[in-house]
Amino acid sequence: MALLKAQGVTKRFGGLVAVNRFDFDIEEGAIVSLIGPNGAGKTTFFNCVTGFYRPEEGSITFDSVPLVGLSPDRITRLGIARTYQNIRLFPKMTVLENVLVGQHHLLKANLLSIILGTPDLAAEEERARKEALRLLEFVGLRGQEEELAQNLPYGAQRRLEIARALASRPRLLLLDEPTAGMNPREVEEMMDLIRRLRREQGLTIFLIEHRMKVVMGISDRVTVLDYGVKIAEGTPEEIQNNPRVIEAYLGRRRVA
Amino acid sequence: MQGQTLGDLRKIWQEAWPARRGLRHGLVLGGVSLFLALAGLLEIFAKREVIGNTLSMATALLMLLAFFAGRQASATVRKETDRLLPLFLAGTLSGAIVGLLLSLLTLLVSQVDMRDIFVYATPTLVELLTLGLPIGSAVPVLIVAGGAMGALGVAWDYLPALFRRMAGVGLVWLFLVALLRELVQDLLVNQGLPRAQQGLLFAGKGLSPWGVLILLGIGAGWVYLRPYLRRWLSTPLGRLIGLSLEGWAALYIALVLLERLVLIWWPAAASVSLIVRLALWAGTAVAWSLLLALDAPLRGQVQERFRQPRSAQVANAFLLVNLLLLLPLLVGIRWSDVLDNIGLYVLMGLGLNIVVGFAGLLDLGYVAFFAIGAYTTGFLTSRLAQEFSLRGVIGWSFWAAWPVAILLAALAGVLLGIPVLRMRGDYLAIVTLGFGEIIQKLANSDLLKPYIGGAQGILEIPKPVLGNKPLVGSQELYYLIFLSVLLVIYISLRLAPSRIGRAWMAMREDEDVAEAMGIHLVSYKLLAFAVGAAFSGMAGAIFASKLSSIFPNSFSLLISINVLCLIIVGGMGSIPGVVVGALILVGLPEVLQEFAEYRLLFYGALLVFMMLARPEGFWPARRRFRWGVEEAGQGPTGRTG
Repeated sequence: MALLKAQGVTKRFGGLVAVNRFDFDIEEGAIVSLIGPNGAGKTTFFNCVTGFYRPEEGSITFDSVPLVGLSPDRITRLGIARTYQNIRLFPKMTVLENVLVGQHHLLKANLLSIILGTPDLAAEEERARKEALRLLEFVGLRGQEEELAQNLPYGAQRRLEIARALASRPRLLLLDEPTAGMNPREVEEMMDLIRRLRREQGLTIFLIEHRMKVVMGISDRVTVLDYGVKIAEGTPEEIQNNPRVIEAYLGRRRVA
Repeated sequence: MQGQTLGDLRKIWQEAWPARRGLRHGLVLGGVSLFLALAGLLEIFAKREVIGNTLSMATALLMLLAFFAGRQASATVRKETDRLLPLFLAGTLSGAIVGLLLSLLTLLVSQVDMRDIFVYATPTLVELLTLGLPIGSAVPVLIVAGGAMGALGVAWDYLPALFRRMAGVGLVWLFLVALLRELVQDLLVNQGLPRAQQGLLFAGKGLSPWGVLILLGIGAGWVYLRPYLRRWLSTPLGRLIGLSLEGWAALYIALVLLERLVLIWWPAAASVSLIVRLALWAGTAVAWSLLLALDAPLRGQVQERFRQPRSAQVANAFLLVNLLLLLPLLVGIRWSDVLDNIGLYVLMGLGLNIVVGFAGLLDLGYVAFFAIGAYTTGFLTSRLAQEFSLRGVIGWSFWAAWPVAILLAALAGVLLGIPVLRMRGDYLAIVTLGFGEIIQKLANSDLLKPYIGGAQGILEIPKPVLGNKPLVGSQELYYLIFLSVLLVIYISLRLAPSRIGRAWMAMREDEDVAEAMGIHLVSYKLLAFAVGAAFSGMAGAIFASKLSSIFPNSFSLLISINVLCLIIVGGMGSIPGVVVGALILVGLPEVLQEFAEYRLLFYGALLVFMMLARPEGFWPARRRFRWGVEEAGQGPTGRTG
């Protein structure tokens, strides 16, 4: 039984068909990459899964729950978390606060308990804080929790975004180009982190990535989109040798 | 030949760059001084004096401008050279240019009547600028004096740092006290020192020479002694003594206060008060000493997080609260009224701070909730309502009406929130602006006239009654406002680092991502509107009861703007910032009443200055602020890049 299942998903912007009749599955515990040239509709599909966009046609289910029409906050509550292509942290909040916001739906404090300062509240905050620190430790940001998010270096911001996503205790994590703009060493660290996410947190991971080294290095399966249409699907080895993929990336070979 | 001369001139012009810098800064600050003169501000400043009958504030201000011209000029020149000659040349020139511009203005005003355009270009201005000298001799005096001040501005940076700080703090002290002379004198009168006996400090409309010396001495002494005092206070003995003194001072104030409050409600207590006082004093002193003795951090372990022993925090907070409680008794009725107004603005500011500062929802119609709170109270408690039909049903006490007013305001906040849920930024601001206007128009309308009086407003709103004593005066109401402010600060402080506060801030930073983090935008937006509106309604209710009568005109757009300004000036999302903002924007104009007609100019200038120099506000939300680290007395170090 697939954890995430998309069938015939179509998203249009005016006359442009960004995603066209896209079928897609992710098995629980897998690392799956979505690749394709710029503008192929990868992020659009992400946005359809997380509720930012509503696809015109097709269905998406998560653990058999239909997602189309649900608001982003509901989808997060179901257990899907994501990061963004262009990092979108809460820049003027501290590192710790960013992660705590991620835990929002797991906490129960309400207006009354906060104003009265009930013992439950204090215990809950303490647990949340500990959990946040644990996650920061996991992504290697321990010790910088009081820093404003905007002051972190680029690579650390990417990792903080992952920690924030993890804080909502997702079963499925969507990573939108996690290694964009990183240097080779940071890329290695990120690949290592993604593997550990599956191994230690038992997460299912769905990522958009341009860097073939990452895609081929960590994915169980790869799906290729071009102009909104799925043109190939398979293991990294299969994809590497697929003529349609090579054509989409390099263009048709011209015989002079 | 011609070409060569021009070339020479250009060369000279290029080589005379220090003079050019001097010229530039002289023109800028000279322009400021011309503006001050022609806008009539100088004339008002002239009515105040720094040193009685000797140095008017206007003259001091002009001298200060020339001083800064010199300082700025030397600061820019110093980026390129350290040689003294160009530095002093630029500084002196810029100061002299300020003087030159002023003397040109004097000549112009004395020869040409420009009063059709510049209302303040009068003979009075000429007299003020010439310092009473004949114009012929005033011109060189102005230029030379300006140049001297400019040169002083250059020399200032070559003085020893300690001396500079001492003199700077002393001078700032001096100016502050001279500026706030009315307030200080009223305070002293209130302490049983009539104006006639204040000759040591004050003379004429300013300070006496002795007063100048004393204030300079206090400022300079404070700067000089502070490091020693700090060091002494960090020794165990010093800390013990310091904390004990502080604690006992706080206790003493508390007792004085208690006694006076008890006497209000129970006059018979006068006969027992001595015994009661002694007993309380002894008891609390013992308790205080015990607290100090038991306090572990005092024995040397300073808590890392606060860098201050717990007992010092307790003592500081205790002293502060007690001083604030004592304040109305110290300052008297008139200034208590000012404090009440500040308090009401703090209440509103804290409310709007939640909406704008925490949740990032720009609300320009905030006055609406203030109006709803006030009108609800008025309607429920005044005679007007009793007259028309509901006799016996309403005509409540203030205490019964207050919660209703708060709830209704919160409800109005939710109702306003619903239609604007999908709006952001500018659109939200416009719609809320409209909402504020609608509420005022409704209050003014004939439709609701039978209920809330239309343009005639609601009259005879009763005061809150405590026991059998109505809280009539501004001093009694101060306590009500003070407690409300404490409550609202407490709620704000609880909310800020909580799940709700974080959700609000996340919404402010990035609404889409906040939603993707599982935050239900609708409920959190409505919650922010409701809580903010409730605080405002709370203030409105007190306002109605305080004034006894309310009119639609009291709830104009200007109030919304004022509240927004005080948040911006204090620091968005910063709770102490709201208090600082209210002190500056509401308190200061009350102290400087002659400047009333320049209030908006002052607001505008302040906002522009804030946006340029301190966009985060005077007390930013994200900075640990420790008492004593940033004194007002650091002085304006006007070195801009």
